[in-house]
Amino acid sequence: MPSTVETLPIGSGDDIVRVRQKVRVRATEVKLSLVDQTKLITAASELARNALDYGKGGHADIETITAPTPGVRITFRDKGPGIADIKMALTDGYTTGNGLGHGLGGARRLVDDFTIDSSVGLGTTVVIARWKR
Amino acid sequence: MATGESRTDLARMMSENENTILRAWVVAFGSADTRISAQEIESQARQLLQALARAAASGNLSDIRRPEYGDVRDLLSAFSRSRAIQGFSPTETATFVLSLKQALFDHVRKHRTEDAAADTWTLSLLIDQLGLFTVETFQRTREELIARQREEIEELSTPVVKLWEGIVALPLIGALDSGRTQVVMQNLLEAIVQTGAEIAILDITGVPTVDTLVAQHLLKTVSAARLMGADCIISGIRPQIAQTIVQLGVQLDVVSKATLADAFALALVRTNRAVVHIRPNGKAATAPQPGGLPVAAG
Amino acid sequence: MDTIPILKIGRALLVTIQVDMHDELAARLQDDLTNRIVECQARGVLIDISALEIVDSFIGRMLANIASVSRLLDADTVVVGMRPEVAITLVELGLGLPGVKTALNAERGLALIGGVSRHRDMDDAVDG
Repeated sequence: MPSTVETLPIGSGDDIVRVRQKVRVRATEVKLSLVDQTKLITAASELARNALDYGKGGHADIETITAPTPGVRITFRDKGPGIADIKMALTDGYTTGNGLGHGLGGARRLVDDFTIDSSVGLGTTVVIARWKR
Repeated sequence: MATGESRTDLARMMSENENTILRAWVVAFGSADTRISAQEIESQARQLLQALARAAASGNLSDIRRPEYGDVRDLLSAFSRSRAIQGFSPTETATFVLSLKQALFDHVRKHRTEDAAADTWTLSLLIDQLGLFTVETFQRTREELIARQREEIEELSTPVVKLWEGIVALPLIGALDSGRTQVVMQNLLEAIVQTGAEIAILDITGVPTVDTLVAQHLLKTVSAARLMGADCIISGIRPQIAQTIVQLGVQLDVVSKATLADAFALALVRTNRAVVHIRPNGKAATAPQPGGLPVAAG
Repeated sequence: MDTIPILKIGRALLVTIQVDMHDELAARLQDDLTNRIVECQARGVLIDISALEIVDSFIGRMLANIASVSRLLDADTVVVGMRPEVAITLVELGLGLPGVKTALNAERGLALIGGVSRHRDMDDAVDG
């Protein structure tokens, strides 16, 4: 499957900005709609921030996929403490207007594919993807 | 299976006897269909045959995915796409390719008796692959067409109407699923930006059922509009819908009115406007009358 | 050290966010705003985010914090100019902005700030 991967470090707030910018470039290449781009970049921003704040820093692999369907896939890896209860972390409860609702549940709603792998003491890996409609 | 030498022989057979094979092919295919001219068919068939001969000359007669068959695949793709768009059936489209077998087999039978069986088998497998490829492209084109039509329908069924300065209405017709909701939100928000609307009326008269999910979609739309500085009113809540909503325990935390007219009247009030009834003597009535014609002041 | 300029418009303060905000900048903005609100006895804070292509939970929290602090100092907070695609994303993300009022642009936003609002309450509205 034809694709190109680029790895960016996540160690500071500036790195998060760089991740956003890189995802924007890739999403534009693949011609995602503006709304889809915004959703993907926002999800990436959330996950990068998670890696920084909870995961003690990590990396983001940003991949452009051209066939069979064009899309962008990002893998966030950190070597932080890991998530003990993934199910809990994913159900932040969808509210309309109240609560600040950050966390994985929100990011998951913004993307087409979402996979999370985390164990206490071993860090967390989250893979997200958005495809061109 | 044909031997190496035999394979290039087949290629040569195709190019040297192009015209005969071509004629046999066109006859086998039949041109009763008036949608495409005989000339067009012949031209497309000739191009395909020539490309096929060139590809076969490489010695590869078994795998059409290899680069040697690039031209053949391109031709078949273009052919398939145009047939799909023109409304031909998959069978009609595949028949064009498969009928080449007949022409080729005839030729092999008459001129290559020693290897006839093996050659026929090789050609058959090859043309089958081409036939399948044709059908696949055809399918994909149809799917693209359907997807595009669906988008158009979604766009058309969510028009935004400017009722008055600062007031827009969105008559929702049909079921409101998550896909539609995205289109609805986009259209609504764009309209808010363009018209500077402060009130958006979401009319759900045309929405058949309102369950928890639909309510969620509506509330999402309301929230999005609010973020852009516009308040929403939901109108068109039929009695049965109202009962269902209560029974389901759905929380619809938005102002709602039974009819679009009621919602519009409320919107006028909210934007500090009034409808004035002009008496036959040309003077305005002192108090604004409800439900009057929209000869609004300001 | 870069800062975000805070403009005074009548009894309101206007802030225009145009860059990708990082933690320090956000913290500094909140400090500066808090001080200016008190200094000017501002009735409201207008935050123009029309230049923001992305609003994530970090920015969301910042906006909500500003709103909370302003509220304690008796000032409204109005976020203006949110882009449609940002609004749609925020709603999907489930990110509410508690205590934050919103308006289409700065002009409308100013009308929302303290004192007499142009709009009557939905509940008070007279029917018909």
